[in-house]
Amino acid sequence: MSEMSEDDFVSGGSDGEFDIDESMESDFEEEEYGTQYLDDKDDRPQKKAYEVDFSVLTENQIKTAQHNVVEEVSSILGFTQENSAVLLRHFKWNKEVLIEKYMDGSQKLLQEAGVDLTGSNKPEFKVIPGFSCDICCEDEPGLETFALRCNHRYCADCYRHYLSQKIKEEAEAIRIQCPSDGCKILIDPMSIQMLAGPDVMVRYNELLNRTYVEDKENLRWCPAPNCEYVVDCPVTQKQLQEIVPTVLCTCGHHFCFGCGSNDHQPCPCGLVKKWLKKCEDDSETANWISANTKECPKCQSTIEKNGGCNHMTCRKCKHEFCWVCMGPWNEHGTSWYNCNRYEEKSGIDARDVQAKSRASLERYLHYYNRYANHEQSGKLDKDLYIKTEKKMTMLQSASGMSWIEVQYLDAASKVLQQCRQTLKWTYAFAFYLQRNHLTTIFEDNQKDLEMAVEGLSELFEKPTDQLANIKVEMMDKTAYVSNRRVILLDTTAKGLQDGTWEFTVEF
Amino acid sequence: MALPKRIIKETERLVAEPVPGIEAVPHEDNLRYFDVSIHGPAQSPYEGGVFKLELFLPEDYPMTPPKIRFLTKIYHPNIDRLGRICLDVLKANWSPALQIRTILLSIQALLGAPNPDDPLANDVAQRWKEDEPGAIATAREWTQKHAAP
Repeated sequence: MSEMSEDDFVSGGSDGEFDIDESMESDFEEEEYGTQYLDDKDDRPQKKAYEVDFSVLTENQIKTAQHNVVEEVSSILGFTQENSAVLLRHFKWNKEVLIEKYMDGSQKLLQEAGVDLTGSNKPEFKVIPGFSCDICCEDEPGLETFALRCNHRYCADCYRHYLSQKIKEEAEAIRIQCPSDGCKILIDPMSIQMLAGPDVMVRYNELLNRTYVEDKENLRWCPAPNCEYVVDCPVTQKQLQEIVPTVLCTCGHHFCFGCGSNDHQPCPCGLVKKWLKKCEDDSETANWISANTKECPKCQSTIEKNGGCNHMTCRKCKHEFCWVCMGPWNEHGTSWYNCNRYEEKSGIDARDVQAKSRASLERYLHYYNRYANHEQSGKLDKDLYIKTEKKMTMLQSASGMSWIEVQYLDAASKVLQQCRQTLKWTYAFAFYLQRNHLTTIFEDNQKDLEMAVEGLSELFEKPTDQLANIKVEMMDKTAYVSNRRVILLDTTAKGLQDGTWEFTVEF
Repeated sequence: MALPKRIIKETERLVAEPVPGIEAVPHEDNLRYFDVSIHGPAQSPYEGGVFKLELFLPEDYPMTPPKIRFLTKIYHPNIDRLGRICLDVLKANWSPALQIRTILLSIQALLGAPNPDDPLANDVAQRWKEDEPGAIATAREWTQKHAAP
């Protein structure tokens, strides 16, 4: 068997392509599973149904992109670059709309966007004899003043304060108006550069980039802490019902381009939101209630039995019943403390009512427990990572294998983590599915993946001295697990695209 | 910290050229804190009432707007039970060129022209839209009850 290098499993690389599955496939082909995949060979360049096109951009690329559009628009409309930039920001960087509106009437457009070309004053510092600033009321001779084209003049210090307040405190960058009340003229970038100190400028430029990314529907900041990359992906908000656009940032963070949360394939964003809300509302409390309480068969008050015998008397309605069979106590006769009356009609009825209300809760808890279980396993990822590292070192010294040769452990741990993440969300997805044959197929796929994951997980727990012997088995399992995941995601994504899934809720 | 020139000038002017129907007196121990009273505008349900407000000039005034709140109970769609006021110039449309006197005038104008389409007190605003005469009657009642001079 050929070596399976780390790269086969660390999805993606510096090129930012989401290439895990292609590489998986190519691996299979080199191995004994190859024949199974020969049919796929022609399809290989095609991406899987759950994959989306995207690219990762750096801050500089974002700046360049802005600059290019500004230059283009400025050459078309004949404005200065500063004014073109202001106009573009006003139209959320949609140059088609901007040009169209410009054709409809330029003067109105300029006013709306806060670009005033009519004012006569040139924005620069001036000392004006006898000037008194309306903001700070300073009137010392030699006071440095500033005004935009509108000629609303204030002292330079007040202007600086004003900008610092707007930019640093209010995080405003593109809609900072003249400080005068009711004056809609925007402070242009040139003036801001003249006035603002270096720290304010840094923040200002950050904000400009930020609004650019926020304005463009095809861009999103990578949400990982301290990551400054931007992901460019053509999937729009409207498409989120049909696709789960998972992207991989250059920093290594997998996330959903649609909602910004961690990778939640195969569950669409809408369902994720619903599910998380439901979990927040119900889980812990519902869990406890289900485990520790029953409802009074007569008044439905929730009762916790914290001791004593099975002869219950409801505090509220004084109904007497048996805790075990939930039937009325008077039917019990002399069999105190020991319910053997499962056949009584009234007991069955009482249990039926409860069973119904509990069935829905139990259904939810079924999915929730499995979801939470995989989440918990996911949280242990970090430990697994560290453990793997240690095992790899130990294995090297124990078996004389090289670092490259023990990489299969690292690969296995990565696949394991990724699959747990996927499994977790399959439960949220399944919770909202209608019962039909497609759901059964989905659950079969889910079961296959889960069993494969558990199998691999088990191998992982083996003592170090055995790890060297099971290398082949482990690599086989890793490939298999990974492939199960691809199959599950692919069929789910196809179903979403074709709209074949039937859900119990709208999203 | 010494009081900025701007606040001193504004206070002097408020005393020297008071606005009709509005008084603003700074506390002796805190010159950023003002006791304000506004007379209800004529031809409004608040006519004849004198409404007490508190006004505080924050550290970065005039870069940030003053903080103002009604102390007298008032039935008005843009003023809530705690006396907080929904007024654009106190929030997003604040400009450092505005002053205490202009803000107080805006509040007085708000009393003369309630705006139930941009409500702060939802129940009041709804009544204002559905039963304006009834709402005005209640406003008048409250004025007599709580804002008698």
